[in-house]
Amino acid sequence: MADLSPQLLALQLVTGLSLGAVYALLAIGLSLIFGMMGVVNFAHGAFFMVGAFLGVYFLGMTGSFWLGLVIVPLVTGLLGMVTERLFVRPLYGRGVDYPLLLTFGLSYVLIEGIRMLFGIEGLPTATPVQLRGAVNIGIGLFPLYRLFLIGAAATVIFGLWLFVEKTRYGLIIRAGSRTPDMVRVLGVNMSRIWLIVFGLGTAIAGLSGALAAPIRGVNPEMGIPVLAESFVVTVVGGLGSLLGAVTAGLLVGVVYSMTSLFAPDFADLSVFVLMAVVLLIKPQGLFGKSGYMG
Amino acid sequence: MADIPHNFRRRQVLVAGASALIASPFWFEIARADAPNIRIGFPTPLTGAFSAEAQDQVRAAQLAVKEFNATGGYKGRMAELLVRDDKLNPGEAASRTLELIEKDKVDFVVGSLSAATTLTVNNVCKDRKILFNSISQSDQINEASDWSLYTFHEALTPHVTAGAVARYAFPKFGKNVVYLTADYAYGHEMVRGFQRAGEPMGMKTLADIRHPLGTTDYSAFLPRIQALKPDVLVLCNFGRDLLNSAKQATDFRLKSTTKIITPVLLYTARQAGGPEAFEGILGGTSYYWGMEDTIASARAFNNAFRKAYDGAVPSDYGALGYAGVKSVLQAVKDADSTESLKVSIALRQLRYDWYKGEQFYRKCDHQSVQSVVIVESKSTVMKDKYDVFKILSVEAPDEKNLRTCEELGHAVTRT
Repeated sequence: MADLSPQLLALQLVTGLSLGAVYALLAIGLSLIFGMMGVVNFAHGAFFMVGAFLGVYFLGMTGSFWLGLVIVPLVTGLLGMVTERLFVRPLYGRGVDYPLLLTFGLSYVLIEGIRMLFGIEGLPTATPVQLRGAVNIGIGLFPLYRLFLIGAAATVIFGLWLFVEKTRYGLIIRAGSRTPDMVRVLGVNMSRIWLIVFGLGTAIAGLSGALAAPIRGVNPEMGIPVLAESFVVTVVGGLGSLLGAVTAGLLVGVVYSMTSLFAPDFADLSVFVLMAVVLLIKPQGLFGKSGYMG
Repeated sequence: MADIPHNFRRRQVLVAGASALIASPFWFEIARADAPNIRIGFPTPLTGAFSAEAQDQVRAAQLAVKEFNATGGYKGRMAELLVRDDKLNPGEAASRTLELIEKDKVDFVVGSLSAATTLTVNNVCKDRKILFNSISQSDQINEASDWSLYTFHEALTPHVTAGAVARYAFPKFGKNVVYLTADYAYGHEMVRGFQRAGEPMGMKTLADIRHPLGTTDYSAFLPRIQALKPDVLVLCNFGRDLLNSAKQATDFRLKSTTKIITPVLLYTARQAGGPEAFEGILGGTSYYWGMEDTIASARAFNNAFRKAYDGAVPSDYGALGYAGVKSVLQAVKDADSTESLKVSIALRQLRYDWYKGEQFYRKCDHQSVQSVVIVESKSTVMKDKYDVFKILSVEAPDEKNLRTCEELGHAVTRT
């Protein structure tokens, strides 16, 4: 390629990392729920989509993008907790495919619900005024909003890590995910833990949706590719591993970005090739340990 | 209803009851045997990515039917539109069309909105010798291998649309061009159209970057385009792909050095995407309601549409639904028949001006020869929510902008 320069390579790398930050953010919600509860949440993409719609809706109502970023995770988190309490809880103790099928069906219910509420065409979105345009990052122009996304993703991921690793509550969650019976014997209400974990996972999914809305546009089907993307990242990183989700997210972003530069036709494929290679070498994923986040 | 006297309401109920009795199936059968309706099948993607466009097609087509019936129909026979959802799926479109022909006994088929579905609908109609007027952009439908005497193409072709945009934009904005293309037939046909038109102008393709259909994040393609510094970036994609790529190119501030153009800039897409995403983007379309300032038939059509649909204005694809039905019904009168073959012969002779100025179907491939409107998206000084485009230019209808009959593989029949 004649137009290849170090600047372009560097910019492509940064683009990959910013894509990766979004992938990581998408994957940790999925990974959290699986790691703690052994539930594969196939409605993850649908919660992402609901979050995006709510973000645009609250923006229209309150006029503030930032307020939306606070309200949206609360609403999708609550929606997740209701889902856990009413639908997922009765399935504990059965095979892993029961909640998988349930959440798969739920994703279609959510998509149809949004279609009924907001119509089938989606909503127009705009980048918040303060974050419009591009800035020169030394190697070229890069959109301000995408820089903000990297920061936002890092903040959420770091916050989650602090919560899981450094708080008493996180300790209970980690212990509970490994030996729920022992923790229950010690007098901890495991049902409540699972309720909170599920809510936390869907809250992050919703927040990701609200954050992605200004870039991707908002429509009822937007969560479908997201489920596949976050699944690949989760599998590459190792199911249930927070560190794995972050590493794999960045890796997938960079691989996708670099393939787009040299062979755009194979960009989508490259991500799945990466997954296949990782699984051949490390069937557990890069940081996979069964059963808990760490 | 509160201000209407009580006994009057009761009378209304009685009248309604009596008319219901008259309209009951028993009477209806007799009436139909007398003068059966002219039935037009209308397969279109009511659900899926193009639903906004499809719903407007239906609204405008119904307007054409209403106008035909209001003027007495054809020898007292009324027209009737049978709308079916093809779900943007070629297989679904074929089975719905087959059903319309075999079960519902439609006389003609008008509709479709995707290069893939329009070809399968055409195939079914061709086999059953039922006249089909396609209102979807497609190059292939005019080619000898797909075409038949029963095939008409009301919509523009990618070749003509892309050509018109190229002829307008390349001399103005520069010769170095990058394409960002959705990797399927529509995208490829559009690139080919641009390159054919650009060649004589000395246009240079710096890169043709293909992205998978339905890509949501285009950031990975944009640094390279930024580094290539093209004069013009052509987005050869459609619907949500166009919306997302346009928006993200704006975020990367490509517009400061590069003019972004797209072959087809739709009214409905601009409405859905909002002003920010499309700001300053230029593209082609078959119709924009603002043409009413200079074209009388456009004004008449808009006003009829406004009256029927709460002040809304028709979209480009909507207008095609209107014209598609209107032409066929006019040809029924001209042919003095509802037989597809006779109506086809009448359509070949038709010169019409339904909504955008004079049009006619080219003899060899039944392509409607028509104008192309070049528009630019507005983001400031908009009068109301309908005021989204500025008309930059209208390329007059001209057969020489079409691919030649020979190129399409037709034995030349120019008369």
